[in-house]
Amino acid sequence: MKKIQLTGTDDTPGIILDAENGIFEISGRSMPEDVEMFFDPILQWLENYAENANEKIEFIFKMKYFNTASSKLMLDVFMILETIHENNNNVLIKWYYPENDEDMEEAGEEYSDIVEIPFEHISY
Amino acid sequence: MKHDVKTVKGFLDYIYDLYKEMKNYEINIIYEGKITHQITKAFTALTEFNLEKQEESDKVKRRVFHVMVESLQNISKHASPSGEIREKEKGRGIFVVTRGNEFYTIITGNLTSNESTKELTDILEKVNSLNKEELKELYKKQIKNGSKLSDRGGAGLGFIDIARKTGNPINYNIIPMKDNINSFFILGVKINIQ
Repeated sequence: MKKIQLTGTDDTPGIILDAENGIFEISGRSMPEDVEMFFDPILQWLENYAENANEKIEFIFKMKYFNTASSKLMLDVFMILETIHENNNNVLIKWYYPENDEDMEEAGEEYSDIVEIPFEHISY
Repeated sequence: MKHDVKTVKGFLDYIYDLYKEMKNYEINIIYEGKITHQITKAFTALTEFNLEKQEESDKVKRRVFHVMVESLQNISKHASPSGEIREKEKGRGIFVVTRGNEFYTIITGNLTSNESTKELTDILEKVNSLNKEELKELYKKQIKNGSKLSDRGGAGLGFIDIARKTGNPINYNIIPMKDNINSFFILGVKINIQ
């Protein structure tokens, strides 16, 4: 599969979806002007990937900020990962949050309450 | 003081009064107009710069940023009046940021149709009646309902998030317009500086 690699900006997150090298990461800030348009190719990619995801996946989230519109689309990302995990039992989410950012820590806990995937919560 | 703002002299005097009032009320930012993505980015960048200069704690910086983005997006979403003024006033509003000794206050105001004020009041009354844990549960419920894959709309996610991030009730006011079909909707959010 062709990898997706986007550099983060002041309103869109950095994205790496690289099946060949097993690197999956979303990081930075998310408040795109059109949140659905931004996340659509990412969800598409993951849906295609889900059909053939055998190897172990560590998916990294390292967000500094996301708005509520992005939080819904991020849940969509988690829901696809949940499907992959249901089929192969092979997904681990690494949720990074800044040491003193209790809101971002809590956001990770909430996502892990909603979806059935193992989470590792890591402060940095 | 009333000035004759039709004359240049009167208008300049009025601006001086406006300046004094802004100082008096500790207004950092005031804007009236269309709220676009570019405007949102410009105001959040400006406020981040000011927060840095004021040496606010990371927590205050993050919370002011959060509330600003959600409040501005509320204007683009809810500023949707009916009738003749619709085209001119859609997506427009007033936006104010003040900093007192104890808290920042972020205020937005926009015209909206009387049909939507009922829905806004219901959501805000509900959000204001809930405690921290209940807000968290409602947030989780609404984020699930609003996700694209389930596509059922998640009303009030922005308000829930604002209430959770500030820990304060959301103040609001609805002023009926003379046209009997629209109202001016004002939202005021306090963020403690502590």
